[in-house]
Formats: sequence, C-alpha cells, structure tokens
Amino acid sequence: MKPFTLDRPETAADAVRAVAADPAAVYLAGGTNLVDHLKLGVAAPDRLVDVKTLTSAEIRDHDGGLAIGAGVRNSDLAADSRVRARFPVLAEALLSGASAQLRNMATTGGNPLQRTRCVYFQDVTTPCNKRSPGSGCSALGGYTRHHAILGASEHCVATHPSDMAVALLALDAGVHVLGPEGERVVPFADLHRLPGDRPDRDTVLGHGDLITQITVPAAPWARRSRYRKVRDRASYAFALVSVAAGVSLVDGVVDEVRVALGGVAHKPWRAHRAEEVLRGARPSAEVFRAAADAELADARALDGVDGGNAFKIPLVRRTLAAVLRDLTDEPTAEEPGR
Amino acid sequence: MATTETAGGSRTIELRVDGTAYRPAVDPRRTLLDLLREQLGVTSPKKGCDHGQCGACTVLLDGRRVLACLVLALTCDGAEVTTAAGLADGDHLHPLQQAFLEHDGFQCGYCTPGQICSAAGLLAEFDAGAPSHVTASVSDTPQWTDEEIAERMSGNLCRCGAYVGIVAAIRQAGEAR
Repeated sequence: MKPFTLDRPETAADAVRAVAADPAAVYLAGGTNLVDHLKLGVAAPDRLVDVKTLTSAEIRDHDGGLAIGAGVRNSDLAADSRVRARFPVLAEALLSGASAQLRNMATTGGNPLQRTRCVYFQDVTTPCNKRSPGSGCSALGGYTRHHAILGASEHCVATHPSDMAVALLALDAGVHVLGPEGERVVPFADLHRLPGDRPDRDTVLGHGDLITQITVPAAPWARRSRYRKVRDRASYAFALVSVAAGVSLVDGVVDEVRVALGGVAHKPWRAHRAEEVLRGARPSAEVFRAAADAELADARALDGVDGGNAFKIPLVRRTLAAVLRDLTDEPTAEEPGR
Repeated sequence: MATTETAGGSRTIELRVDGTAYRPAVDPRRTLLDLLREQLGVTSPKKGCDHGQCGACTVLLDGRRVLACLVLALTCDGAEVTTAAGLADGDHLHPLQQAFLEHDGFQCGYCTPGQICSAAGLLAEFDAGAPSHVTASVSDTPQWTDEEIAERMSGNLCRCGAYVGIVAAIRQAGEAR
C-alpha cells in the first residue's frame, strides 16, 4: 500500500476544506470499498480524510418523508421501522446487498459512491478507461457477464454495483452535498453519469464535494413497493439484474408507478419508458411485457469469452413482470384479509 | 481521544481489546486486523482473503460485527474490540463456543473465530428485531429459522463446508438464551 496520511477533522466543513485544498485527498467513510482499493492499488491517494463520524447518523422525519444522515449505517437504515413500513423497497434493497458485517460498516453517503466491481477495473495489470483514462477497455471481448446492456459506450461497459442506489432512484431521493462553494441538493437521478468518453467520472460530484444527507420525499405509493435481485448465488453477490418498483392502483388502474433497474448500466437506471406504458393501464401480462419492451428497445448485449450478457435482456423482462405482478396482485399489509 | 503524532505519520491511539487496554503507535496504512495480529499479538481473528470477502477476520467493534481487514486501525481510537477469544468468561466458554464444539461447527477451524463473532453479532441483531433478506416481509418480525441463520451468516465462508454444523450450533445457542 502506498503511504498516505489520515486526517480526522472535527467537522464536515473542516473535512471539505481539507479535501478541496489537496487534489490527492479523498474522503474515507465506511471504507468497505476504498480500503480494498488501497490494497489493490486501484486508489492511491496521498491523504485520507475520515468523515465517518462527521455527518449525521440519524434518520429524521422530514416533510412526510425521511432525512437520512450520510453517516447512517446500511444495517441501521434497513432496520428502521419507518423505512420498513413506508419504503419497503429501500429496506429490501439494503438487505439484499453485501453481508451483515459490511452493512454494519457501509454508510448512506458512501454506498451510492462505491465503484464498479468490473474485474478489469479492479485488476491494475489490465487496461481500463475508468481507472486509467485512455488505456482501453479490457471488458470488450472479455468477461462480460456482469456488464451493461443499456447506456454503455465504446469506452466503458461497466455496471454500477449498489442495490440501495436503485431503490433511492425509484424513490426520487435528493442528495444533499456540502462542497467548497457551499451546500446544494442534487436529485438522485442526476447523481450518477453514463460513461460516454469520461468513464473515470462515476458521478457529477466535484473534488471536495461531500454527501451530508439523503432525503426521501413522502410517497404513499411506496408502501406497495419491492426490490427483487437476481444473482449467481442466493446471498452475498452482486446483482446480475435487479428491479426496484412501486405501484399504486385507483379503480384497478395504475396511478403512481416507479421502476428502476440495477445491474444493467453504468448508473442505476430509471425506467421512464416502462413507467409511461404502465401509468393509466390496467395491470396484465401484456401490459408488463409492453413496458419491458419499451424500456429494452435500445438494449444491446455484449459478446464475451464467458458467453456474454445477452441473457440479461430476457432476465430483465421476466424480473420486471414478476415484480409488477406481485405488486398488483397482492393485498398490501394494511388491507384486511392478508 | 487525544492522539500523539510520531515520525512517519504514525499516531498513538487508545483502544480496548477483549477487556485489555492498549496504546499502540499506528501507521495510517495498518488495518485493524493487522494491528490485532501483528502488533498486539491478538491472533484470534484470522486473515483469510484480506479483501472483505470471507469473514475470517470478523470482530465486534463497539458491539457490532465488522470485517477487521477493511477497517483502518487509526479510525479505531477509543474503540472497544471483542474477538472470539474475548467472548469466553475465563475458562467458561460462551454458549456459542460450546455449541460449535457440540455440533462440530468446524473442521480445520480457521474460519471459526470469525464465524463465532459473526454469530454473536447475529444474535444481537435478531434480538433487536432486524429483518433480513429472507424475512417474509420487511415489516414483519423475523422468525428464528435455519433459513434466517444461513442468510445472516452468508458473509462467513467455510472452505471445509461445515455449514450444517455451524447452523445447528447457532440454532442451539439462539434457543438456549
């Protein structure tokens, strides 16, 4: 591991000043991804600035929704009774990710900023445009089972690994950022980028920007919401494909609907086209298929030495249909007869 | 907690491990796992993958199970660390340790301290009513089943494949409370 210093400032503002003043400084929160990257040589900062205890570790009621401090552990967020009752999609997404130990370490602010698990990104002996811009993409023609089918570029076909982020995208969350120029709120949908010709930039955040809290607005429809993750083993694995969705029905017709996909793109993928098909429709297998078709119209499979990732296209279609069927068939917890 | 800067970027921190107080000088690169094993001589937590994938290094950090290989030691100033060895009360084994013996919850034993610390964390989380990925509905209180135990232990790998005994041991320790 390359030598570095580790600062432990006393306030978030001090931390922002410290990172902003040093181009080779990075924030350290739960460390579950960064400490591994320090060992692998994927990250080689001169300075770590520990922010683990500098942002709120509390979940507060906020305008009918929730304000989640960036320091809230993934395990605490998943166990929160308000999240479980009002935003089950978020609790389910969190519980489907990583292991209990990692969820005890990982934070609300850090989770969305974790980096791709593309094997080439993590292997410093191979070219990778995300790790080393301009060096090439080793995934093209390589192992692509976990790679993107939507929004990829010739420079990068990596996928975003977070489950929590897919749920927060469906929930129209807001990301509160403290930066060198002050505070601002970034809509969660705008946080992550598609790779284009700058796959080294995962998000729109600039150097020194620190996530201080994430707000989730009131969403009555989210009481009937779900996260379904499909992976190579039953636990402790990243998603091949995942679906976060919530639906409310009025007189048997879809009123509110949110759909986001994980494991398919460089960023958590909001399925606006699918939502458009579903809104105002009467739930049926045909409608679900039409929604998936609309969203996947531009999907492109990758060849690969492992057989490629063409399987993801029908897998998204089936997983989306299964989630929508569950959400529109079953009575919710507060309805009688369950 | 006051820290003292020394040459080479090392700083002195204070922490308690299994009830004993230490004041080591710590290099910023040092993980909690390496601090425990290499510097303090506490060899109960094991180094398996060193990348957060196997769970052999699991310890309780301020009461919660974490992976010591992914925690930088300097961030543990003022912390209370409990390893599997520290769960016992002298020669009197912790119920989880006794149950692992009775159910053959291991073969080579290398993953066992991590398994036992992880199981101790599991029991506390279950007692607090925390749901898991296999809980029927996240709004429900979880039921004490083998499926719940297996899911909650998925972060601890056992290359010998002693999983059946591990689940039985945790089931027994959980029921005996």
